[in-house]
Amino acid sequence: MKFSDFISVKAIRSDLASQDKPGVIAELVQSLVDAGEIQADTKADIIAAILKREELGSTGIGRGVAVPHTKHASVDKLIGTVGVSSGGVDFSSLDAEKVQLFFLLISPPERPGDHLRALESITRQLRDDTFCRFLKQARSVDDIRQLLEEADNHQFMG
Amino acid sequence: MEAEMESSVLTTKVVVLNPEGLHARPADLLVRTAARFAADVQLAKDGQWVDCKSILSILTLGAEQGTALDVAASGDDAGDALAAIVELFARGFYENHEPAPPA
Repeated sequence: MKFSDFISVKAIRSDLASQDKPGVIAELVQSLVDAGEIQADTKADIIAAILKREELGSTGIGRGVAVPHTKHASVDKLIGTVGVSSGGVDFSSLDAEKVQLFFLLISPPERPGDHLRALESITRQLRDDTFCRFLKQARSVDDIRQLLEEADNHQFMG
Repeated sequence: MEAEMESSVLTTKVVVLNPEGLHARPADLLVRTAARFAADVQLAKDGQWVDCKSILSILTLGAEQGTALDVAASGDDAGDALAAIVELFARGFYENHEPAPPA
């Protein structure tokens, strides 16, 4: 699965302002509303569901990366966005490191395979140190979009 | 990434039974379980070996329900580590029995 299959470019945020977990999640879900990917009236429910999932265990998977996510019946295909926080946010990550890079995912309830393939794509690419570092250093939506495109074209696979 | 195969490596096969596959929460549980042991523990799908103590690596497998995985453990407590990992898979990572036990 490619990033372009599920990342909404219009919802990418290169300059997350929030300093905590609920704030970052709300900011990224709002970005999906603003991009027209999800309905405004589902926002509160989706944020609550993502936070509930975080209570089961942080989705901060290490390397300064988190993949907050939920299933939600309002979406008919997997949709996601990317956010970068230059200062990093305490996300109760498994390795206790602050998180700078967020991949937020919302998937239809009956499509666990799509969710797994998105996680697979994200983690495979992030194992590349250069890609991971460049993304965290990205300071514009265009930088991020370009990095994702290059990853989709296997320019970091090596 | 090939696992370093020591002389006394224990191996077995497991199958992903839970419907949602090896997503973030089961992967976290696997890491926490493997980390209780000194043994080196590796997982493989189709010959692609990854460190069972790294959630990022486990998620790169993208293992769906029904996927068969190889498990290899080496070290003094390899047998116990392997047994604990097998148990997690057999119980479907407790996904239908919330909450999961402390790992």
